[in-house]
Order: sequence, then C-alpha cells, then structure tokens
Amino acid sequence: MIYSYYPGCTLKDRAKRLDACARASAAALGMELKELPQWQCCGAVYPQASDEIASRLSAVRALMNAEEGRLVTMCSACHHVIKRTNYDWNQDEHFRVSAENYMKETYDGSTKVMHFLEVLRDEIGFAELAKKVVNPLKGRKIGAFYGCMVLRPGKELAFDDPENPKIMEDFLRALGAEPVKYAYRNECCGAYVALEDKSAAQAQVDRALHSAISAGAQELVTACPLCRYNLVENAVGEALPVKYFTELLAEALGLEVA
Amino acid sequence: MENKNLFAETALRISGVNPKKCMKCGKCSGTCPNYDRMEYHPHQFVSMVEHGEIEKLMQSDSIYECLSCMACVERCPRGVEPGKLVEAVRLMQIRMQGQDRKGPRDIPEFADENVPQQLLMAAMRKYRK
Repeated sequence: MIYSYYPGCTLKDRAKRLDACARASAAALGMELKELPQWQCCGAVYPQASDEIASRLSAVRALMNAEEGRLVTMCSACHHVIKRTNYDWNQDEHFRVSAENYMKETYDGSTKVMHFLEVLRDEIGFAELAKKVVNPLKGRKIGAFYGCMVLRPGKELAFDDPENPKIMEDFLRALGAEPVKYAYRNECCGAYVALEDKSAAQAQVDRALHSAISAGAQELVTACPLCRYNLVENAVGEALPVKYFTELLAEALGLEVA
Repeated sequence: MENKNLFAETALRISGVNPKKCMKCGKCSGTCPNYDRMEYHPHQFVSMVEHGEIEKLMQSDSIYECLSCMACVERCPRGVEPGKLVEAVRLMQIRMQGQDRKGPRDIPEFADENVPQQLLMAAMRKYRK
C-alpha cells in the first residue's frame, strides 16, 4: 500500500535516523512511504494569526500533492502545521479563499493527515504490529515524551486525549517494552526559545526528566527533533538517553538501519 | 488615541480572540510553563488587550518568551486562547519596518552543531518578517 510521505527539513539532516528507521520499518510492515516528489518546508511553526496566508501555502501544496487521500508525517512540528492548515482549509472560508488567490489549481480539502504513529495504531494496528516484533524490547522501562505539537489544540489535532494520551505507551507495549507514565510527558520542552535563552529550555527539560526518572523511566522516546534536542542538549542535572520512536520500532522489528 | 484603537482592533482581528469571554480564573497563567520569565503573564495579555494596552505588550520581551506550547489555548475553560493574543501582538511588532528581533546573521552565534533545522526555522518565523 502506498502512503504519500512528507519528511520535512530536519529529517533530511539532523534527524536522519527518524526518517531512515521509519522507511525501513514501513517496508518491513508491507507499506511504502512514498516521499512527495516536491515539498517545501512547512515553516516549523503554525502561524496562528488569521491574516497569515502565504506562510501556510507550503502546507496546502503538500496536502494537494498527496496520493490516495492520505499524507503521512513523521516530525511533530510538520504534523502540527500541516494538520492545522488542513483544518483551516476546511473550516475557515477566509483562509481558503485568500489562499486560492495564490494558486493555479485548487485543493479539494479531502486529504487525511496522519502521523506515522496514527498509521501504526489505526491502519496496521498495535496488535498486528506486536506480531511482527522479532526483537521485543523486554524489560526496557521507557517514558514517552509527547511534548506539545502532536497533542494541542486537541480539537484540531485529534491525535489522542491531549491531557492523558496513551498512543505512545500502547506503541511501546506493542514493541514489548514497559511504558512509564509520568506527569510532565505532555508539557513543553522549551521549544525554539532555546535559541535565545537556553535556561528556559533547561528549566522545562529538568522538570520533565526529573518527573520521568522519579516514575522509573530509564530512557525516553519522542517523535519531535526539537524535543529530542532540548531533552539531550539542555539537560543540566539528571539525564536520560532519548530515542526517536522509529528507532525503537526498527530495533524491535530486528532491522539494521545505518 | 487613534493608534491605540487601531492597535487594539488589529490585535483582536488577527488573533480572532474575544477577551470579553475571559472569566479571570487565571488558569492560563497557572499552566504556562514559562510564566516566571514573562513580564506580562498570559492572563495579563487578555486583560491588557481588552483595555487597549497593546503598545506596552509590543515593547515587552514577554512576546518572545511564549513557547507557543498551546497549554493555555488547550486549558482555558472559556476557550479564550490567550496564546493567540501573544502571537498577534508579536506579529504586530515584527511586521514593523526594522523591528526584526533576530535575523539569519544572528544564527551562528547561537547555533551549536546539533541544533535541528526545525529550531532555526521556527526562530526565523518567530523573530522576523
């Protein structure tokens, strides 16, 4: 089965493993992630003002070019921007009409944006995924760090319960690991403010790591390159190894990914 | 006075927020992860925009301290979405000629070798027009 795939800028460089492990795992699960032939950066942050039109166009183009009505994302930020832009396209006539003024062809609004975790949950199914695991992550106590972008606003992202998510814990269980729930798993990592003020990110990360370690986590997993960067580079006291969810997936499927 | 009205109207229009819905419960500031660093806190953005005090907000570093984590947007019991006001005021500031907070030339000073492209892109969207 073909799934149109939007990797995003960071997966071509600093987060190559997030991408490579996803592609290898998808192939092992019998699905093809087909990269959009041309895509532009999503902009990394969703422009929240109603008169920001041009900054949402790259997301609209990605949505238009998706095949078979689905677009798979891997990075939390790309997912956030593209999913919300799709919501705007279908709910906000002012945005749709204004955006169409820039475009030669229109978009029918029908593409379904799916984060790869949602594909694993809703299309493959975690029970089926568990059957494909050849190298279960037995005894590994892993905390999921959701961060913000895949969860909020819950009404638009419709990914999971934004205050008590479980998709990543269910995913970890399917891989044979022991998920560790902790209080700060759906809080902010410090985001882009880390560029100007490292101490802001350090404060967020320290609180999250302390919360995870107190609950018994020995490692963390995330879908977001910026969360991973902050969790690793801006850890000042306690620290944990942090992996992308696709790295754990590839490992559990017994895949060697360079 | 004319400016004051225009600023207030712009903030309301581009954010789509209605500050009059606020019931002053303070939950937005209570849940804000960067509360301690902000001169004006999320609940103050709501109240100050309602009273047309936009220029004070535009001049404050608070507009760059919002993490855009959507916690206040998600958790407001009245659906006021304070984070959208912070974004609107920030845009009003950086859209003015010569008011970029940072530009590409400033990046090398801050970026280390592991910095993800996502962060640089986000910063350029947040700090300049």
